[in-house]
Amino acid sequence: MLDAFLIALQTILTPTHLLYLCGGVFLGLLIGIFPGLGGIAGLSLLLPFLYGMDPISALAMLIGLVAVIPTSDTFTSVLMGIPGSSGSQATVLDGFPLAKKGQAARALSAAFASSLFGGLFGAIILTLFVLIARPVILAFGSAELFMLTLLGLSMVGVLAGNSLVKGLSACGLGLCLGSVGGAPATGEYRMVFDNGYLMDGIPLVVVGLGIFALPEIIDLLRQNRSISESSELGSGWLDGVKDVIKNKWLATRCAAIGCVVGALPGLGGSVVDWISYGHAVQTSKDTENFGKGDIRGVIAPESSNNAKEGGGLIPTLLFGIPGSGSMAVFLGGMVLIGLEPGPAMITTDLDITYTIVWSLAVANVIGAGACLLISKWVAKVTTIPYTLMAPFMVMVIFFAAFQATRDLGDLVALIGIGVLGVFMKRFGWPRPAFLIGFVLASGMETYLYQAVQFDGIEFLLKPGVMIIGALTILSIFFAARHSIKAAKKEKELKNTADAEVKPTNLKPQVAFSALVCLVFAYGLYDSFQRSFLGGVFPAVVCSFMLVLSSVVLIKLLLNKVDDAVNYDNEVSAGYVNDSSITGLWHYVFWLCGLLAGCFLVGYVISIALFFIIFLLVKARISIARTLILTTCAIAFLLTLAHFMVLDLPNGYLQEVASFTQL
Amino acid sequence: MAIKLSTFTPNKLKTLLVVLAATTGISSAYANKSDEVSFEGERVEWVVPFKEGGGSDTWARFFGPRFSQQLNGKPVVVVKNIPGGGSTKGANRFERRAKPNGLNVFSTSASTQIPYLLGDTRVRYDVKNWNVVMATPTGAVVYVRPELGIKNASELAKLKGKELKFGSQRAASMDLVGLLAFDMLDLDIHAIFGMKGRGSARLSFERGEVDIDFQTTSAYLKKVQPLVDEGKAIPLMSFGVLNKDGKIVRDPTFPDLPHVGEVYEMINGKKPTGVQYNVWKTFFIAGFAAQKGLFLPKGTPDDVIAAWRNAAQRVVEQDNFKKESELVLGQYPQLVGKDAVNALKSALTISKTDKDWVRNYLTENYNARF
Repeated sequence: MLDAFLIALQTILTPTHLLYLCGGVFLGLLIGIFPGLGGIAGLSLLLPFLYGMDPISALAMLIGLVAVIPTSDTFTSVLMGIPGSSGSQATVLDGFPLAKKGQAARALSAAFASSLFGGLFGAIILTLFVLIARPVILAFGSAELFMLTLLGLSMVGVLAGNSLVKGLSACGLGLCLGSVGGAPATGEYRMVFDNGYLMDGIPLVVVGLGIFALPEIIDLLRQNRSISESSELGSGWLDGVKDVIKNKWLATRCAAIGCVVGALPGLGGSVVDWISYGHAVQTSKDTENFGKGDIRGVIAPESSNNAKEGGGLIPTLLFGIPGSGSMAVFLGGMVLIGLEPGPAMITTDLDITYTIVWSLAVANVIGAGACLLISKWVAKVTTIPYTLMAPFMVMVIFFAAFQATRDLGDLVALIGIGVLGVFMKRFGWPRPAFLIGFVLASGMETYLYQAVQFDGIEFLLKPGVMIIGALTILSIFFAARHSIKAAKKEKELKNTADAEVKPTNLKPQVAFSALVCLVFAYGLYDSFQRSFLGGVFPAVVCSFMLVLSSVVLIKLLLNKVDDAVNYDNEVSAGYVNDSSITGLWHYVFWLCGLLAGCFLVGYVISIALFFIIFLLVKARISIARTLILTTCAIAFLLTLAHFMVLDLPNGYLQEVASFTQL
Repeated sequence: MAIKLSTFTPNKLKTLLVVLAATTGISSAYANKSDEVSFEGERVEWVVPFKEGGGSDTWARFFGPRFSQQLNGKPVVVVKNIPGGGSTKGANRFERRAKPNGLNVFSTSASTQIPYLLGDTRVRYDVKNWNVVMATPTGAVVYVRPELGIKNASELAKLKGKELKFGSQRAASMDLVGLLAFDMLDLDIHAIFGMKGRGSARLSFERGEVDIDFQTTSAYLKKVQPLVDEGKAIPLMSFGVLNKDGKIVRDPTFPDLPHVGEVYEMINGKKPTGVQYNVWKTFFIAGFAAQKGLFLPKGTPDDVIAAWRNAAQRVVEQDNFKKESELVLGQYPQLVGKDAVNALKSALTISKTDKDWVRNYLTENYNARF
């Protein structure tokens, strides 16, 4: 083992290795900043270089690229509220509010400092963990993985916001949406309306973009302001680093969580950031600022998501089973280079494993370090008037969503979920709870079904299951304590004079809750059309949720103004009486217009038109500037698409054109 | 000799030689590369109907640069991934949009070919009209847990009536080949679906959650053989390989393992026949013997097809090819030229009776709907 240690160390410290590693890192950062691309496009760019290169250098480049994917997408998560990948969704929750408060530099530097720390600490854990990883991974069967999804689900408790019934119903909506598509047990298609796109299920990236990014864009546009409220950005940069040092134990724990949960194949990366976010909330004494811009809400997911990549290496190297999309790319690259993963990676090839693990750590230091240094300047983006930023962001979001499966359906799903997000935001249905439900739905159903098939109901008696079960109960206990505390705070606030204005016209809320009830009712109806194994999971979820959402609906119908379920952001934020605020539907229609344009004339033409019209009508800048901005944006887009061999959405026009050409 | 050689320009001479070569039966594969259709300065789009990083993607990215070198004019070959619908989406799009100019190629896999055979509603392509350039075969090995107490296939009868758990992604996939084989051999299989792929099923086997599993040859050699050596897995049989006469014979990679047909004979005392065996054979070819294929769209001119087929020939004839390809492709010889055409023909042809039978089989046993 010591041998392997030294050989690996020697390899890493050679100048060529470091050089190629840096090459990979900078390529990764450049691409990764564009949400939705990450490792996928990176691979296409990198492979021509890999071909014919010596394996060690090629490997270094590959690692450099993969390592920084969860680093660079932090920029858009924090600055614009656009989650670039599933790993940065929890970062949006507090990162973006911080940016809105004018603390973008602080949030970014905290994020990168935690990434750096997480990556390094993760590598240290991995160095030892890799030796015992094989039995550990084998100990996590379907039953244990199912329990882990339950543990993830218990985080909903702390993310539920004011009203637990609403939080649970929101989570239920996520579960319901997550079970759209083929049933794991039978392959039957559920709730797909004979639509080919829905058969594969809706991609997580699209849901993340729709539920978080679009509502924020629309909200900011309605208020017509820049992202940052304060015009001076302050000297937050150093504060961010200090914040991490202050919360070093939180960062350490989250890095450990990221490392271990990330190593479990099958559940992998998508829940790690939520588990660590939930962990941060549960273990904090003062929690009222979470979701409104608490720096710990940035530190926790960011320190875990870089450690997660390291953890993800383990099943990839030992079993050849990639835990995430970027690990799949890494695995493909390894095979092309001529490295075969397998049990040998911890025996005869241990030095290669260590080289990979530590290269990942070094790449993290370089990548996160570089981002840390530039974040001060990049943060200035948040002071640009939003009407100028918006078209670029819409372009980016549409582009990113389309990269999910390269289908126009991605864009429809994006807008559909975006509208849902707008109303969830307005009526106080917690969107993180929805997303957690969505992320966990398929794993939960699959592993429960498999666990019961493998062991019968006795699977509950397995030691691993009982340990995770105990953790889950503990987590629910913390959540309960949290909500009692929150309720107390609420009461105190109410007693003071400046209590929140409560809406008195409940009709819009009633309408929305009624719709939610209808969705569950339909889900229930649909599940009864399926065979038992194909329908039992959505049937149970939907019937339970139907009860909960009916409670919300009845409370609203009974006009319980003082109940926690009553919330309407239009009233609380004072939009109703403010004539400078644009109507809620206004910008939804803009986006729908763009979507219709994509169907008719394709993405490129319609986004160009969108740019021109939007900049002229909304930003009111001169025609010359409009044209310059539009040209730059489109040229950038086309260059990117050409070099990365990406399709851009084609519309009716392009279909007709290609037919006449034949 | 009445012909004055001086009237021939070098180019004409070359043409004459090519004609001569063709008429005298020398395969065009040996014709000069520079006489083929040139793709100089062009960009070839190689569509992979799967996500980046998987087996099919790696396969394409392995071959891409090699074709780039061997095609006349050295075009850039780029891989474009269009995932979705278990590869049917990319295939549908290729059917609709691909131009027959040699710059659009498509790689299929078992998951493109099997829904096609089953007549899945999502299939709007006709692979048979496409032009095959090359095909990659693989084999597979069935293995069981030592706890079952059998040492080889001849003891299979001992397992009669014992429920064997088997992990699978979906019945209507390449796993169908395994399920049909187990059924023919009268094994009592309890299939558990929702696995993320064969790799996840293997992990389940290692955890002791399932009793029986199969892996394609390269995965078997790299990841199951170590288990066999440790005594944690017992290999029973291979699926066999397709020989040039279209018969299934023992897999040369596993000379000691009987193939499914042989095991059937051991148990029943006669060679397998009938609809079920026919169906199994068809799906075996589509899922394994011609698992991955490279295609040009329908209506591609003959000279373009020839250029690609010749390039394929040159790719597999390169000196280091065998060594370099082992990790990605396994040890089986690649099918090019006529072999590829024949293999794909048997992989993509199914009689009405067989098709009805298999659809009915899937519906009755596995709730599949068509």
